[in-house]
Amino acid sequence: MGVYLNKDTKVIVQGITGGTARFHTKQMLEYGTKIVGGVTPKKGGSEVDGVPVFNTLQEAVDKTGATVSVVYVPAPFAADAIMEAVDAELDLVICITEHIPVLDMVKVKRYMEGKKTRLIGPNCPGVITSDECKVGIMPGYIHTKGHIGVVSRSGTLTYEAVHQLSQAGYGQTSAVGIGGDPVNGTNFIDVLKAFNEDPETEAVVMIGEIGGTAEEEAAEWVKANMTKPVVGFIGGATAPPGKRMGHAGAIISGGKGTAEEKIRVMNECGIAVADTPAVIGETMIKVLKEKGLDQKCKTH
Amino acid sequence: MNIHEYQGKQVLREFGVKVPNGHVAYTVDEAVEAAEKLGSAVTVVKAQIHAGGRGKAGGVKVAKNLDEVRTYANEILGKTLVTHQTGPEGKEVKRLLIEEGCDIKKEYYVGVVLDRATSRVVMMASEEGGTEIEEVAAETPEKIFKEVIDPVVGLAPYQARRLAFNINIPDELVGKAVKFMTGLYDAFIAKDCSIAEINPLVTTGDGEVLALDAKLNFDDNALYRQPEIMELRDLEEEDEKEIEASKYDLSYVALDGNIGCMVNGAGLAMSTMDIIKYFGGEPANFLDVGGGATAEKVTEAFKIILSDPNVKGIFVNIFGGIMKCDVIAEGVVEATKQVGLEIPLVVRLEGTNVDLGQKILNESGLNITSADSMADGAQKIVAMVK
Repeated sequence: MGVYLNKDTKVIVQGITGGTARFHTKQMLEYGTKIVGGVTPKKGGSEVDGVPVFNTLQEAVDKTGATVSVVYVPAPFAADAIMEAVDAELDLVICITEHIPVLDMVKVKRYMEGKKTRLIGPNCPGVITSDECKVGIMPGYIHTKGHIGVVSRSGTLTYEAVHQLSQAGYGQTSAVGIGGDPVNGTNFIDVLKAFNEDPETEAVVMIGEIGGTAEEEAAEWVKANMTKPVVGFIGGATAPPGKRMGHAGAIISGGKGTAEEKIRVMNECGIAVADTPAVIGETMIKVLKEKGLDQKCKTH
Repeated sequence: MNIHEYQGKQVLREFGVKVPNGHVAYTVDEAVEAAEKLGSAVTVVKAQIHAGGRGKAGGVKVAKNLDEVRTYANEILGKTLVTHQTGPEGKEVKRLLIEEGCDIKKEYYVGVVLDRATSRVVMMASEEGGTEIEEVAAETPEKIFKEVIDPVVGLAPYQARRLAFNINIPDELVGKAVKFMTGLYDAFIAKDCSIAEINPLVTTGDGEVLALDAKLNFDDNALYRQPEIMELRDLEEEDEKEIEASKYDLSYVALDGNIGCMVNGAGLAMSTMDIIKYFGGEPANFLDVGGGATAEKVTEAFKIILSDPNVKGIFVNIFGGIMKCDVIAEGVVEATKQVGLEIPLVVRLEGTNVDLGQKILNESGLNITSADSMADGAQKIVAMVK
């Protein structure tokens, strides 16, 4: 089980002939992901690692029956690629591309209203369901199958958390990177809902960072709706205000979006927050033991 | 990216937003000349730095004649202004805006920002002009009015009108206020702004609606399609190391500590700062080398860290995903060859191609302390710089 992806998911790679996309297409294939096609305009008819390339996404979908796409298209053209996926009525489009102009994303979100496609990202590591399907750029070998769900605004912090869990013997159902941009397709609450409904997931790690109020809103939702324990971490406690810390979304402005405030609200809503990124795994294990879920979640 | 007030006003003029007449001056003589050209009864001499709070810091003066313009220009040019936004070291004034004074009836606030919650652009307005909007929001939130804007339609006239009436713009000036707001929104979209803030917007005795100040910030991700805005960049207002980093698409923020950090991924980079502090150290910088970094970029990143004289040790913390560990390792080795390495270096590698990366570092013969986790690395570097 897990969320959004499983062993039968058919995936198309948008921008498949670019360097990064080629590298990760190979990695995804090696992981066992069913990559059934790629899209690069004017490269239709060629192949990348045995994967057929099409000129348009619609053609790729018609010929392969794919339901998910992943976007590696460069930033100036990425918003268009997402809209192409929405138009082709895919279930899910995962956008890895970073540095997309935010006003492009405002348009994309408007375009998506009333349509069926879910967008994850942009500026995210992708989604992985352990041992079944990896769509994105995360290193596959750190993920192990189990019962913990992971959702995060930061790619590398996701790896950090997953690695700690796997090393301690706690596998994961799925890990979902929602991305570090201020306008994104899927928020914490969407993913928490999905994990809450997933019968295999017993507990969730939620990794946030400074900027905006998405973590606070998610914490309130957890308090009201979540039946499974949630453990958190917030990056950027020492970041100076007014400076954009890499991610366009990671900026403290007008006294809003500080780590301190986020941690306070999360604690109030019953979320145990790790003091440092090095103890996310430990914090989760402690909570699992308290809730009597330790035996079930210790997978190896 | 930020620009100066006078540049912001120039941009707004193109979109039909009314601003007072004014000229930029780099010297006292230019300031007097500009005031002569304006020929207004009252002239305002305004320091141009990339920070707010200039008035309170003595960076804005009203001159009644040319002699006063000369006196004030002399006083402000070259002065270091310390405001709540400059940090304690302040910013030196190198440019002035010489502007005609106007007969202010009332001050208002109008701002355009991105609203993350709705994924839409929002225009905010308040009749509490002149004070910081954050203060108004904290003390009298009912005095801030917002309109969420549909990107397909743009700011609808009824929305601008509603804002104007809500903030009590006099009836006879509502039409001009609507034109002002529409121009402001159009400028925001056309120029890929991240913030467009007019504080204060004023109504005047002769029945005008004017932007007395203009703060425009731009989305760095969109600068590739805004060549005219790029030309307005004032490198003297930015940290030298941050400029160097931006040439190589590295995300760098200078901080006050002594432990240089090189990390991939913004979240991990922020958390690396946090964990250094947790173990009693002080980070010298935030540096995200990004996903698509080449060995050359990593080399440049390393050089930038080493160019900070405060740096007494370096912590490289990499969890490779899109970034490959061997690329990082090659970059580190190349950089130390080019510039030498006389301070402790702790490297933690994990993720994509980690074995290859470790091998490159081990065979380099460099004096590198390796760490097997983030906490281990942070503790090691903190101990080494003490």
